[in-house]
Amino acid sequence: MRSAITWMQKTAAAATITAFSLSGAHAQDTKPSGEPIKVGILHSLSGTMAISETTLKDAMLMLIDEQNKKGGVLGRPLEPVVVDPASDWPLFAEKARELISQDKVAVVFGCWTSVSRKSVLPVFKELDSILFYPVQYEGEESERNVFYTGAAPNQQAIPAVDYLMGEGVERWVLEGTDYVYPRTTNKILEQYLKDKGVAAEDIIVNYTPFGFSDWQTEVSKIKEFGSAGKKTAVVSTINGDANVPFYKELANQGIKATDIPVVAFSVGEEELAGIDTGPLVGHLAAWNYFESVDTPENKDFIKKWHAFIGNDDRVTNDPMEAHYIGFNMWVKAVEKAGTTDPDKVIDALPGIEQANLTGGTSKMLPNHHITKPVLIGEINDEGQFDVVSETDDLVPGDAWSDFLPESKKLEADWVDLKCGNYDTEAKKCLGDTMAEKSN
Amino acid sequence: MNRSIRWLLAGLAFVLFVAPAVAQQAADPAAIVQKFGGKQSYDDTEAVISELARTGDANVARALRALRDGDLYWRESDEAVFIGKRKGDDYEIFDPMTGEAAGTVPRGEMQKVRVKNSIRNAVTTALGSLTLGADSAAQRMRAAETLFSEADPEMIEPLDAAIASEEDAGVKARMEEARASAVLVSDRPAEEKAAAAKILANRADRESLTMLTRFAGATDDPVAKQAAEAAIVAIQNNIAFWNQMQNVWYGLSLGSVLLLAAIGLAITFGVMGVINMAHGEMVMIGAYTTYVVQEFIRTNAPGLFEYSLFIALPLAFLVAGAVGLVMERGLIRFLYGRPLETLLATFGVSLILQQAVRTIFGPSNREVGNPDFMSGAFDLGLMSVNWNRLWIIVFALVVFAALLAVLNKTPLGLQMRAVTQNRKMAAAMGIRTPWVDAMTFALGSGIAGIAGVALSQIDNVSPNLGQGYIIDSFMVVVFGGVGNLWGTLVGAMTLGIVNKFLEPFAGAVLGKIVVLVLIILFIQKRPRGLFAQKGRFVEA
Repeated sequence: MRSAITWMQKTAAAATITAFSLSGAHAQDTKPSGEPIKVGILHSLSGTMAISETTLKDAMLMLIDEQNKKGGVLGRPLEPVVVDPASDWPLFAEKARELISQDKVAVVFGCWTSVSRKSVLPVFKELDSILFYPVQYEGEESERNVFYTGAAPNQQAIPAVDYLMGEGVERWVLEGTDYVYPRTTNKILEQYLKDKGVAAEDIIVNYTPFGFSDWQTEVSKIKEFGSAGKKTAVVSTINGDANVPFYKELANQGIKATDIPVVAFSVGEEELAGIDTGPLVGHLAAWNYFESVDTPENKDFIKKWHAFIGNDDRVTNDPMEAHYIGFNMWVKAVEKAGTTDPDKVIDALPGIEQANLTGGTSKMLPNHHITKPVLIGEINDEGQFDVVSETDDLVPGDAWSDFLPESKKLEADWVDLKCGNYDTEAKKCLGDTMAEKSN
Repeated sequence: MNRSIRWLLAGLAFVLFVAPAVAQQAADPAAIVQKFGGKQSYDDTEAVISELARTGDANVARALRALRDGDLYWRESDEAVFIGKRKGDDYEIFDPMTGEAAGTVPRGEMQKVRVKNSIRNAVTTALGSLTLGADSAAQRMRAAETLFSEADPEMIEPLDAAIASEEDAGVKARMEEARASAVLVSDRPAEEKAAAAKILANRADRESLTMLTRFAGATDDPVAKQAAEAAIVAIQNNIAFWNQMQNVWYGLSLGSVLLLAAIGLAITFGVMGVINMAHGEMVMIGAYTTYVVQEFIRTNAPGLFEYSLFIALPLAFLVAGAVGLVMERGLIRFLYGRPLETLLATFGVSLILQQAVRTIFGPSNREVGNPDFMSGAFDLGLMSVNWNRLWIIVFALVVFAALLAVLNKTPLGLQMRAVTQNRKMAAAMGIRTPWVDAMTFALGSGIAGIAGVALSQIDNVSPNLGQGYIIDSFMVVVFGGVGNLWGTLVGAMTLGIVNKFLEPFAGAVLGKIVVLVLIILFIQKRPRGLFAQKGRFVEA
């Protein structure tokens, strides 16, 4: 593993060198010089999460490479520092510490699972650095040192449910893998559905273990639940590897998307790459980005990605776009602050705007979340998504869900209130005491 | 119901506004099909579909089916509508009415008519009413099935006409059921509804239960209500029976997967006593062998795809067996009699193998296709049986029988048993015990590789494939009785069935925990498992 890392570092170094030599070709660009600014990349390259996170590491290397071609940041070149936390949650904290205190990185882009994020939080607070977190998550968090470029529940789950309601769905199966993200999301959704007048007997919530592969009973349960005469849909927060056997079993038991559609929050282009999507046509996913979105920015991004990775079959996905937005926002904030000093950059970030890849302009909000469009796509037979619905405006990310009684009254605002969990009823900042309790 | 109202409104709007203007064209289905061309909203598309349905012309079925399957395109230059089939970077296009070939067009010039689930449903409904008089019995059957779930009172008369002229008894029965479902929601007299309830009672599946329940709640007529309620009870009993059957079937299916995963371990751990934590990785290697074989076939001999699994089987056995052999010769033979070190060393090997596969094939899932005979399902009563699950059960039993035969009928099997029962005596009789150890370990690993071929059909082919099975495998072998193949068989099936009976009410997470606790309790009572080895040679 050690050799893999050094190999990575060598590749990264090579990429930087190439960037230097290439930038000479652009006469108008100023060649970055001086001490390099180090950018930490904290994504698992081995272990269970490598399947999703390796791509993000590559995307970051590409973005840094691009930026160096454009003249770096503050006239200085960027240097990626790649570490491998190996899908091991405590190791995430260790590697984060290594990045910040030994490698002296200015910013870290990383983490995928919520548990890895929770594990590095204390490190970023203690050493006062910046983390950009690119994955959709369960919300109920806002930290001074973290910028959430993925979707909060109101930017993914709620609009997806709204879309299905518009399609006439009256009965709901909330199916998830048994960990914090599905449990919190489903809690929010259940409350939301009940508020919308859905009866308790028309909702079932069900959890399965990580990597679950024998879906026969679960799927026949869904089939039975769906045969009650009301239009039924499955809202899936099933994570990672368990998805493929789940969809295979749906197809095997003859459940078509026209009978019982499944809308998934963790299935994107990357996950579909490993399956024959023929039987899945019509099932849905809700994201803030799809590779199939037809905008000049996106076409350009895909072209660069294919050129960088050297393989035209590699897909792009939502968390990659989140890193694209996050990275560019950080660059703008550093230019604005005129320094990489974390405190100044943290203060400079809210209000920064960056064009996203789907034709809108995302903005960093005071609660450290961003505005994003919400797209609903149907899987097509080429492993891509056809967008069937899109929110009119960008949706601002809400850190604390309005549909949970315990978080309804909380507000996050790091600009005026300087607080991630301000209690609007008691009119005081709860601070760390509350974070401790909720963990 | 909702839909029919929408249809009615759409129809009304059509009659009021559109019909007078296009009365001439409306008669010509080919012209209506052309309306799919051009950028339009989903509502526009749906309106065209209902317009087509009203023509009553079965010739539009081709275009509608193409629309549903996402094969309907329009040309950007003139908005003409065609059926398109991908051919390299081009589309082969066909006339949407006649199906005649109309040449090839580069991909960039064609636009897909956009569909979503509600559009597909509208097409299916339209096809249902259009194909009721189709020539092929299968199409009429499908039409009747669609109309059954639609339950639209307006279809009663067309169905009556179709029933009168229907000759195929099977299709006729389906049509009568479709008619009955429509009668229940119509304003026909109560006697007719009671008769319809009886027809549905005979069908006795979940869909008819739904319809009857809704009907029983809505009707005021005591006779019809009574008939419906009697039917509901009968159907519920029927469903309850089939639910139990289904649980048994799922249990057997899960059991066969456990058996496949554990049977190699029954050799390496059960017979040899090696705690092989890398056993799951042997399964993974087998699955990746299948992937490589399929990739090779896809590029070099696509015709052989149906046989890919049979080609992969011996190769997976050899590859996994070879890895096992290297492991035994290079590592495990130095650690015999030191279980703790074996455990740690093989765990290390499992990590090395995982990362090696990740480096070679990449971290993402690899696609292993199902040959046709492994796809789909058939209905047995109210339960659906998947072909791939059925074949995996058969396959697991065949592997089990083959392994039993090897152990009991071949010289290698004899030597294996001799070595494991009394190593010193076997050596004294001239058996090369180190060679037998190596062969036994290779056999166990090879069998795991074969299991990988089967598991590639139902699980992800990823570097983590093996991890998911290692705990279950040990559980099966320990529960069944170490050193006894029959114990492994019974253990796997028992665990499968217990798990599947627990799952419906305990949930998948709790179900697994309960099974684990039960096994721990069982092992307390019978430390040697279900079928304990008896006799002098058993170590104390």
